[in-house]
Amino acid sequence: MSTPTPRVRMPATAKAGEVIEVKTLISHEMETGQRKDSSGQTVPRRIIKKFVATFNGKEVLSADWHPAVAANPYQAFFVKVPETGTFEFSWFDDNGEIYKSAHKVTVG
Amino acid sequence: MAGKMKPRTRREFLGSSAAMAAAVAIGPSAALAKPDDVVAEIKKLFGDKPLTAGRIKLDLPTIAENGLVVPLNFEVQSPMTDNDYVKAVHFWADGNPNPQVASFNFTPMAPKAAAQIRIRLAQTQNIVAVAEMSDGKLFTAKQEVKVTIGGCGG
Repeated sequence: MSTPTPRVRMPATAKAGEVIEVKTLISHEMETGQRKDSSGQTVPRRIIKKFVATFNGKEVLSADWHPAVAANPYQAFFVKVPETGTFEFSWFDDNGEIYKSAHKVTVG
Repeated sequence: MAGKMKPRTRREFLGSSAAMAAAVAIGPSAALAKPDDVVAEIKKLFGDKPLTAGRIKLDLPTIAENGLVVPLNFEVQSPMTDNDYVKAVHFWADGNPNPQVASFNFTPMAPKAAAQIRIRLAQTQNIVAVAEMSDGKLFTAKQEVKVTIGGCGG
């Protein structure tokens, strides 16, 4: 599997207190652990099990994902921008790796 | 799954053969969840606390052609203030190999208890949502999604 690449779409500027939509996607096969390969061996489970969104280090929301989440998991949600700061998004892989993406939003 | 042998209409036959194809794809080792499993999961998290229908707006297709990618949108009515907010929203599917789908944990920093994801469904089944409020109250919603091609196995 190629290295999972997170992609995030959100505005770079906002008004103070504005609610903005964040759209995130990460390329990942989300292997369920149910599938068998051509030789009949069960393909081991490897999914992204957790997603966390923070603003200036404080958690805004998180999500626990199970194998029922589709491949290349997409998640859209809403955040409020109280002041200029940085949103950070983290995806936690079953194999222990964490993929991160940081986005600064300027209030002005 | 095969059912009793009785004369069936073409539509029933097509429906059940699609379900069988999905079951075969998953393989005999992976039994599918049943509605009781979802009830048991909810009990595990919340005990015997009462569930009230409402407050959750589920936006799911009534018919999903491809069970591999089924869009799931939801929003829970809440002011999302420090004293009154949605703590978590959990989703289960009662006909997948594993009934758990996803859980979302919100904080008062989130302006809306809403999100969009895409899920996999092995067959036609119900999606059950339970929202846990900051005061401990529980709300629930349920919707059936008919699946033409199952989203498991390979």
